[in-house]
Amino acid sequence: MFARTSAAAFLPQCGQVRNMATLKDITIRLKSIKNIQKITKSMKMVAAAKYSRAERSLKPARVYGTGAMALYEKAEIKAPEDKNKHLIIGVSSDRGLCGAIHSSVSKAIKSEIAKLSGAGKEVMIVNVGDKLRGLLYRTHGKHILINCKEVGRKPPTFTDASVIATELLDSGYEFDQGSIVYNRFRSVISYKTDAKPLFSLDTVASSENMGIYDDIDADVLRNYQEFALVNIIYFGLKESTTSEQSARMTAMDSASKNASEMIDKLTLTFNRTRQAVITKELIEIISGAAAL
Amino acid sequence: MMAAKFLLRRAVPALRHARCYADAPAAQMSFTFASPTQVFFKEASVKQIDVPTLTGAFGILPAHVPTLQVLRPGVVTVFNDDGSSTKYFVSSGSVTVNADSSVQLLAEEAVPLDSLDLTTAKANLEKAQSELVGVSDEAARAEVLISMEASEAIVKALE
Repeated sequence: MFARTSAAAFLPQCGQVRNMATLKDITIRLKSIKNIQKITKSMKMVAAAKYSRAERSLKPARVYGTGAMALYEKAEIKAPEDKNKHLIIGVSSDRGLCGAIHSSVSKAIKSEIAKLSGAGKEVMIVNVGDKLRGLLYRTHGKHILINCKEVGRKPPTFTDASVIATELLDSGYEFDQGSIVYNRFRSVISYKTDAKPLFSLDTVASSENMGIYDDIDADVLRNYQEFALVNIIYFGLKESTTSEQSARMTAMDSASKNASEMIDKLTLTFNRTRQAVITKELIEIISGAAAL
Repeated sequence: MMAAKFLLRRAVPALRHARCYADAPAAQMSFTFASPTQVFFKEASVKQIDVPTLTGAFGILPAHVPTLQVLRPGVVTVFNDDGSSTKYFVSSGSVTVNADSSVQLLAEEAVPLDSLDLTTAKANLEKAQSELVGVSDEAARAEVLISMEASEAIVKALE
């Protein structure tokens, strides 16, 4: 008999523990999710404004960038296969919450490094953006040449690109060829990680098609190459920022949608719990059983 | 009959040799002129362009010899197909003439000439000249010299 009453005494307690949330818990959770939804909505608005500005300035930058690379395409300059020193410029930014922007650039760089190291070449990386540094320094720390911070807060200018190029040229790393990995903007909802080639002075000077270009001395070619390097970096920066802002816009949009869904579900649970509490109190009052 | 065939075979090569320069391709130039923030011409067809380069000023017409040049501060004049011309002031940059007669003129900064003010340019020039006297550091000296060269070019272009 004792055993039976003690068993009966245990059961209600288990039932109470399983009743997951009191009204207070649900209210707290609801309030915090509503705040998060406000934040993600405002981040989406900000990203949308920055995106429209970035896209407007991307149009002339694209013409400028394709003009800069026209020489390399028309003269079909190809880097010789046996050169050893490579350079990869990865363009990203400092801020997160933008979907797969940073990780896609980092993945492309890692696979490129694996391929080149497997072929015995020496590779160095220039990181534009703190997030990229964070993703790469643990596994490929010894390949990193330059890190750039404070990227992504303001729209990139030609001056930023020239600062990066100056640092790269001053670093003393004589690369033979390289590529710049960036996110090419395709549309509001899509971007693609792309790589454009960079050539060194020697490669361009000794390329066979350069013979048709008249009256070029070494000084002019060196100036031209440095200017072209800045142009390509500028082009990569512009495309990257536009892709980043559009990705952030979509990410924050889906975050807001998820938050609204959670709010709806929690509101239903809240109402059900509220009705359950009221019903329980009524039953207690009606049946005259007081909780001691 | 044999003579006729013989004549025909002789005639055809002669026709081929009679091809003249007017048939040569690239009678049009595809001109792209842009700065990082603005596009002035995109693959447009123009008659002639005068550019100021480090090795001197020269004019580019369609079917110009391919070349690469670096620009110096000065005036770029574009002669359109209809005969009108527009002038722009460029600070620096590069010009590429390719074998297919496409020209890419990339300027670091470029403005139409009529948006520049002569009095401001003269004031800048005097300021730069006075700074040149006082400066000693190599990098600062180079900056002042560049600013002087640019201001002089602006003043010369506007006068």
